[in-house]
Amino acid sequence: MDIVETFFNIEVLRRTWPLLMQGLWVTIKLGAASIVVGLVLGLGLALVRIYAAAPLRWIARIYIDVFRSIPLLVLLIIVYYALPFVGIRLSGFFSALAALSLVSAAYTAEVFRAGIEAIPKGQFEASGALGLSYRHMMIDVILPQAIKIVIPPLTNNSINVIKDTALASVVAIPDLLKQATQAQALAANPSPLIGAAIIYIAFLWPLVAYVSRLERRFGGGGR
Amino acid sequence: MTGFVSIRNLHKTYGSFVALKGIDLEIAEGEVVCIVGPSGSGKSTLIRCINRLEDFSGESEIRVAGIPVTAGRDLAKVRAEVGMVFQSFNLFPHLTVRRNVMLAPMRVRGATTAEAEQRADRLLARVGISEQADKYPGNLSGGQQQRVAIARALAMEPKVMLFDEPTSSLDPEMVGEVLDVMKDLAHTGVTMIVVTHEMGFARQVADRVIFMDAGEVVEIGTPDEIFGAPKQNRTRGFLSAVLNH
Repeated sequence: MDIVETFFNIEVLRRTWPLLMQGLWVTIKLGAASIVVGLVLGLGLALVRIYAAAPLRWIARIYIDVFRSIPLLVLLIIVYYALPFVGIRLSGFFSALAALSLVSAAYTAEVFRAGIEAIPKGQFEASGALGLSYRHMMIDVILPQAIKIVIPPLTNNSINVIKDTALASVVAIPDLLKQATQAQALAANPSPLIGAAIIYIAFLWPLVAYVSRLERRFGGGGR
Repeated sequence: MTGFVSIRNLHKTYGSFVALKGIDLEIAEGEVVCIVGPSGSGKSTLIRCINRLEDFSGESEIRVAGIPVTAGRDLAKVRAEVGMVFQSFNLFPHLTVRRNVMLAPMRVRGATTAEAEQRADRLLARVGISEQADKYPGNLSGGQQQRVAIARALAMEPKVMLFDEPTSSLDPEMVGEVLDVMKDLAHTGVTMIVVTHEMGFARQVADRVIFMDAGEVVEIGTPDEIFGAPKQNRTRGFLSAVLNH
């Protein structure tokens, strides 16, 4: 059997293309939502982890460690299959969104913490000495400087989140991978799977290249 | 007598190290006080306590313009009245020089952008940095950065200015330009507390000089008294070491 015919069957790809595009759209929605929720949650966690009173600090720390330890697939299956037993019934999409953003928040929190802790003590002292409130110190002085430091690792984390959306096909949401698998079954030909792989790569390659460039630029010690 | 800045029984320890051993000090409004002494004598710790960048224990009391400097919600209010200039400048590197000066008046005093900008430009002119207003701090020399830091502190119209070794991290040729700005400032009537190694400046500008050693105030007097006729052996020893090197 011809390799091109099997894996790169243009006719099959053309027929299943709309299905793949629908899947890509779901993947993008899920990825983007998880990244945003993860960022907001992660920033909050990082601030609690650094500045809150001792008990809250401990809770944040435990959260971060637990969610960095648990395999995402295990968490996803718990959310989707186990939580209904206690009456929490989330759709496939929201189960995936919850699992992805809970884990992403833990990683994001550590990235933000490292970024904030990299800001010299003098910046906090100068802000305090000027009478800036905690909120203004963070918004006007600390976070704008920390953002530059955390952009490369945050982009990395976002790439991971988008890749991990593929796990959501397990809970029956019609993401890119799920649609590709279905298309494969319908067409009795694996070309849609190869197509999906190429779409993932085409989508993420620019981001990966972007991170490499940022890391080279920021890595040299300069701003 | 209760001073404008009033320090009572100030104790400060780091673990087992005693940094300040019960300091009592009254500083009058408009007074220029220079604090001198060997490294590790507690001078910087003392002035960092005045705006509570260093925490201190409950037995100690510091008041600025009658307001106790206590931790908590009111601390920012006291700090707004107390300007500080650091050894390492601590300008905000992501903001232009002008924005550095504008930030606190806008956020703390509620000044409009136009008001803050006007004030910033006036202060930058006063410290001789007008041409650099749109540059970032990283593009300025150390002396220029320190002058911006002075303008930034002055923008809050503080009642007291604290200087923590403001010229110690400058190249020698830039020390003069910063001291000149400080001399001008001393004539405006703002209360100044200056930790410094610049004995010439202390002698010329200070109303009173405080000599500290090992966490204690050893001697307080006019510049003529301290530099001309020091009473304590420790003061004499320190001065002969720094003046005759």
